[in-house]
Amino acid sequence: MPAPDADRSPGIRPRPTLRRQLDAAARQSFPIGSTVALMLLGNAPLGGPALLPAVTITSVFFWSLYRPGAMPPPAVFLLGLLLDLLGWLPMGDGIVVLLLVHGFCVRWRRSLARQGFLIVWLVFVGFAVVAAALIWAIAALLLFRLLPIGPAMFQAMLTAALYPAFAILLTAAYRTVADPERA
Amino acid sequence: MIRLSVPARQALAKLTLPLLFVASFGVILLGKVDTMVADRARISLGDTLAPIYAALAMPIEQGRWAVVQFTDFWGSSAENARLRAENDALRRWQTVALALDAENQRLKAELHWVPTAAPAYVTARVVADDGGVYAKAVLLSVGPNHFIHKGQIALDERGLVGRVTDVGARSARVLLITDLNSRIPVVLEGSRARAIMVGTNGPRPRLIYWSDAAPKEGDRVVTSGEANALPPDLPVGVVHYSADHVPEVVPAALLHQLEVVRIFEYGLGIAPPDGGRPPFHSG
Repeated sequence: MPAPDADRSPGIRPRPTLRRQLDAAARQSFPIGSTVALMLLGNAPLGGPALLPAVTITSVFFWSLYRPGAMPPPAVFLLGLLLDLLGWLPMGDGIVVLLLVHGFCVRWRRSLARQGFLIVWLVFVGFAVVAAALIWAIAALLLFRLLPIGPAMFQAMLTAALYPAFAILLTAAYRTVADPERA
Repeated sequence: MIRLSVPARQALAKLTLPLLFVASFGVILLGKVDTMVADRARISLGDTLAPIYAALAMPIEQGRWAVVQFTDFWGSSAENARLRAENDALRRWQTVALALDAENQRLKAELHWVPTAAPAYVTARVVADDGGVYAKAVLLSVGPNHFIHKGQIALDERGLVGRVTDVGARSARVLLITDLNSRIPVVLEGSRARAIMVGTNGPRPRLIYWSDAAPKEGDRVVTSGEANALPPDLPVGVVHYSADHVPEVVPAALLHQLEVVRIFEYGLGIAPPDGGRPPFHSG
C-alpha cells in the first residue's frame, strides 16, 4: 500500500511490482510487528515481570511520536489487549493506558518530535511514571484491593531507564528497515 | 475501498480514538462480568506461546550458563574453601541422618507402620514468568498428552513452589506461594504449631494466625495436611523476622530462578481457590 502522500508528490518512481509492494507493506507493518516481537521477548523467562509493560510503553511511545501512520489507534488497542493478556493485568487496564500514551503523543508530536533527544527522554520519563501509576491505579480499582506500590515504581524506573537504548535501536530501524521511502 | 471526501475522512480519523476508549471500557466491563473469557484467552495464548518459549529456553540457558561459568572462574578458590567446610559439616549430618533413618525403620517395623505410597510425578520446564507485575505465577511447557490437572502440587528440588491453577493443552500455570492470593496451611516443625502462610507478592510470604507461641526465628516450616488441600510435611521454608518484627517465611524453593519443577499427584480432593470451573480442554 503506497503512502497517501505518494500520489501527490511529483517525480519518477519505479513501477509498483509485487516485490516492491511486499517490501512497502513490510516496512509499513514493521512498527507493529516489532512491538509484538519485543512484547513476546519481554515476557520470556529472561527478564523480570516489569519488562513487558516497559518495552510496550516505550515502543508505542516511539512509533506514535515519529511514525503515527504506522501505529494507528486500532493497532494500539490490540497491543493493549495483548499486554493485558500476556501480563495478567485486569482486562482493559493496558488498553486504556496505551491509548492515552498514543493520544498524547500524537497530540504533542508537532512540538515534541522537533526536540532533541534529551528533551524527548525527559518527557518520556513523565510518560513512564504516569503510565506505571495509571496501570497500578486501574489494577487496584478493578481488583478492589490495595496493591503494593513497589513493582509500579520499579516498572516506571525500568521504563525510563530503557528508553535511551531503545531509542538508538528504534531510530536505526526508523532510518533503515522501517523507512517506506527506501522501498 | 470506499472513497470518502477529505473532511469526512478527517472526521472519522478524529472519532477513532474516542471510540476506542469506549471500546476499552467495554473490555473492562467484559473482564469484570465474565472472568472466564479472559482466562480462556490467556490460557490459549499460553498454549500457543509455550512451545516458542520452550525453543527459546535453550539459547537463554546456554547464555546464562556461560555467564555463570565466567563468574565462577573468578571466585573459585574462595568457593572451594567454603564448599570443603560445608562438605565436612554435611558429612557429619549424613552419619546422623543414616543412624536416625535406621532407627526410624526399626521403630516403624515395631509399630506395623503402613507406609505412605510414593506419589507419582511429572517434570515440566518453566518457560515464562506468567505473573505480570501484580501476580506471581509461572508458565510450564508440557506435552500435548499430559495428565496435569488443577490442584496438583509443584515442587522444585528444595521445596514447595505452588499449585497448578490453570491447565491448557500444551501449558499449565502454577500460582506461586508468594502470590497475593496464596494461602497455605503450614506447621512450624519445632513446636508443631499451626499457622497460615499468606503471599504478599514480595519474595517472602508472611505467617498469620499461629496457634501457640509466636514462631521462632529459624524454625522450619512444612505444609500441614489439615485441610486436605496439601499433603503434610512438604518443606516450605524457614521462619525469619522482618525488620518490623513480622514473622515471614524464607521459601526453600528457588522461586526467582525456577527452571524445572515437578508436578506431584497426591490424589487430594480439593481444588485451589476459585475451583469448580470446568476445565477448558479435556486433554
